[in-house]
Amino acid sequence: MTQDEMTALIARIRTHNADLYPLFSLEFGDAVVGVAPEELSSTACDLREAGFDRLTMVTAVDRGETFELVYRLHSRSLTASIFVKTVVRRDDPHIASVYDVWPAANWQEREVFDLFGIVFDGHPDLRRILMPYDYEGHPLRRDFEHPNIIRRPDYI
Amino acid sequence: MALVDRIGEGLERLGGGVILTSVDALVDWSRGQSLWAFPMGTACCAMELIAASFSKFDFDRLGTFPRPDPRHTDVMILAGTITEKMKPAVRRLYDQMPEPKWVVAMGNCTVSGGIFYYDTYSVVRGADQFLPVDVYISGCPPRPEALQDGVLQLRELVRMRSLAPGKRYERELALPRPEDASYSNEDPNPPSAGLEGGDAS
Ligand code: SF4
Repeated sequence: MTQDEMTALIARIRTHNADLYPLFSLEFGDAVVGVAPEELSSTACDLREAGFDRLTMVTAVDRGETFELVYRLHSRSLTASIFVKTVVRRDDPHIASVYDVWPAANWQEREVFDLFGIVFDGHPDLRRILMPYDYEGHPLRRDFEHPNIIRRPDYI
Repeated sequence: MALVDRIGEGLERLGGGVILTSVDALVDWSRGQSLWAFPMGTACCAMELIAASFSKFDFDRLGTFPRPDPRHTDVMILAGTITEKMKPAVRRLYDQMPEPKWVVAMGNCTVSGGIFYYDTYSVVRGADQFLPVDVYISGCPPRPEALQDGVLQLRELVRMRSLAPGKRYERELALPRPEDASYSNEDPNPPSAGLEGGDAS
């Protein structure tokens, strides 16, 4: 897929969802498209119809007041990749699950839930996956503290 | 071994110390000769554990043979980082092994947490927090030779334990070390003086 085709595709998605975030770039190779959290489901359906049939990765970034959610999609027919980004508020971390669009989201979203505490509404089985089920807290949040952690002293 | 253990206990009750001396020696020797291993490979150290079993390093010749079932094995080789999530599973597999059983901690991760000691939320700092470890092998990862050396040390440990409960033999524990007087690092055949850069001029 050439850059022009990718730009055209993103333009099509932008017209479809009028209220897109202005986060969109082709600078570093893969396209990045930002969506509002309530539009994630519809954008996911559009991208799936456009040929992005494979969800490679779901992750999150702790930005303080908000969490940034990152989805990486790949298309085998178009041989192209695209990042979809959205944000959720830290005090109310809820987002719609994309499990219905790409079933691969099942474990990926469980991992994000486990490590960041973001709740995916509509997920069929939202449990911890990497940490024990009775673990307290979400370790990849920047304010995470646990009595079991030994901090590295300065002299090492 | 369980049957032999029971015989040992029975003889002990009857005061059969004389018979035990010779049975002991045989059983302890044979116990040490075939320490079948349960390969508890949880991270990168498992690669060295696998390499140790294959033809180049050939663990079989020491009588140590990897078995996938804990019920067939005598020694659990912990190779790799143990996470909080994995800990109950490791403990359960250990509990399934028949007595007598031993544990070898292979690699820094199972000795102390290794490179995951500081600033980590998910790693158990050393297998000895929840298992009785008999032999520690340092390294990240240890070479297969180091693992085999560890198992040879364990073999000496095994031979020290008698059939009779609570009885131990006094034996030399360690294999020869470089600092032992009987062991020399010097080349037994030093290159002759004539070959060493004779000054022609
Ligand atoms: S000791 Fe090193 S090689 Fe072994 S499991 Fe830990 S990190 Fe991997």
